[in-house]
Amino acid sequence: MIKFENITKKYGDTEVIKGVSMEIKDGEFVVLIGPSGCGKTTCLKMINRLIEPSSGTIYIDGQDISKMDPIELRRNIGYVIQQIGLFPHMTVRQNIELVPLLKKWPKEKRLKRVEELLNLVGLPPEQYMNRFPSELSGGQRQRVGVARALASDPDIILMDEPFSAIDPIARTQLQDELYELQEKLKKTIVFVTHDIDEALKLADRICIMRDGTVVQFDTPEEILKNPASEFVENLIGKKRIWRKPELVSVKDIMITNPVKALPSRTLAQAVEIMAESGVDSVLVVDGKNRLLGIVTAENIRKNKDRAKKLEEIYTRDLYTVRPEASVVEAFRLMSQKKIGYVPVVDEDNVLQGLVTRSTLVNLLGENLE
Amino acid sequence: MVSEYVDFIVQRMDDILLFSAQHLQLSFTAILIAIAIGVPLGIVMMMLPRISPLILGISNAVQAMPSLALMGFMVPLLGIGSTPSIVMVIVYALLPIIKNTYTGLTGIDKAIIEAGTGMGMTEFQLMTMVRIPLALPIIMAGIRISAVMAVGYTTLAALIGAGGLGQLIYRGISMVNSKMILAGAVPAMVLALLIDRLFSFLERLVTPKGIKL
Repeated sequence: MIKFENITKKYGDTEVIKGVSMEIKDGEFVVLIGPSGCGKTTCLKMINRLIEPSSGTIYIDGQDISKMDPIELRRNIGYVIQQIGLFPHMTVRQNIELVPLLKKWPKEKRLKRVEELLNLVGLPPEQYMNRFPSELSGGQRQRVGVARALASDPDIILMDEPFSAIDPIARTQLQDELYELQEKLKKTIVFVTHDIDEALKLADRICIMRDGTVVQFDTPEEILKNPASEFVENLIGKKRIWRKPELVSVKDIMITNPVKALPSRTLAQAVEIMAESGVDSVLVVDGKNRLLGIVTAENIRKNKDRAKKLEEIYTRDLYTVRPEASVVEAFRLMSQKKIGYVPVVDEDNVLQGLVTRSTLVNLLGENLE
Repeated sequence: MVSEYVDFIVQRMDDILLFSAQHLQLSFTAILIAIAIGVPLGIVMMMLPRISPLILGISNAVQAMPSLALMGFMVPLLGIGSTPSIVMVIVYALLPIIKNTYTGLTGIDKAIIEAGTGMGMTEFQLMTMVRIPLALPIIMAGIRISAVMAVGYTTLAALIGAGGLGQLIYRGISMVNSKMILAGAVPAMVLALLIDRLFSFLERLVTPKGIKL
């Protein structure tokens, strides 16, 4: 367990960490996230004492780390940074066996460990062991970086934006692999990123930081459901909240320019409007855009006289929703009333938009991704 | 003209070989001592960044001093012969070595150093396992510049009786014998070029495989 107790860090007069207290449990994957300068990397580097706090105490398994030998401490904590952290003059094997070497493991044991780890991260040892980092792709280098951090089987692994310099495809793959690896190994991982997708994908708990303080420290589900502040909402993004349909309001997904017509239009004109827009119904609104009713192609077909005005035939009683209503409500309404669309109006009955079944299906589709 | 010169060279072959050997010995002694002083000084500068401007300043100033004048100062202090001339050459050879050692050691990617520290390397391990191997090609480049310069400066050594190819040159000047001057100058050039080749070979040899690509 890693425990931060009232940690502060000052550089001159600027306080970059303002009293952080938190606990990271054994076997937990915690992601520190926030805008640059929020103190996430500083907090990470305090765990292996690359940075010393100005005040406060960090405990690992109840032991105050400021009283531990930093060299010894670091050798027992895995550390992964961006791909450039590999030693360019050492082979993959030499890079991975470095900490075991520093810990004076015998040669055979080191070699065995290197092979084991390369297999674990999906790089066949006989093929990659003697290559230099410059002979590897970005993704492969990062795999070696992870293998190196695991070399002496530490309980804690610190990862400082390990995948940020890697192309998106390789990054997704590495994230998946890391997740699987963690399922197997159950290490305590502290991972810094500025990518909320990455955080949501990997974390058991996410620690959101801003200006040197912890804004919210909770599970991804809880953060998505109950963002602690507007800052958190913005960080996870409007789109992100959609993943929880009950949090998505109708106004976020409605069609904002539904096909509409004035009641004075003739049926012939209405048919033309529908054909033009490729829809089978038209909302009838007055001059102030207030919703009066709806006319469907079905209604028109029943009327032979195409010179009739819309006001003579439109359906007046229809179900509407408010823009603030959740999509779940809208969906419920549509399935209960067996309708394919529902107009969105504000309190003055002014038309705001339209929600259709297909909009909702699209939304669900995104959720299934 | 050319055949005359060749004849002259052949006649004086013994002298030329002797002086070349002296020349090489003087230059190499100076270079080795300059390495022994310069590389550690560069390391000290890296570890104590506060004094690095001082060391760089002094070596820059010394470098800027006219070599003849420097030699003039050496004589009352160290007498004549090989000692003062070696000291003079060392003084000039130091700057490129110090500078390159310092630049090589400090120019290493911070992320690499941080990775090393974060993995629990001691300062000493970081120096011997990471910094020096990575800086070695740059340090060697400095040594190469110094070595070529040393061969050139060593011709001045003849002025204070240390021997070397300079002896032929000065003898040539005083006798107004251009063949004699060339008999000293051409071998000195050849030596300088050979040394350059030798050190560039060494440079490639010490470049770690992983950063050669």
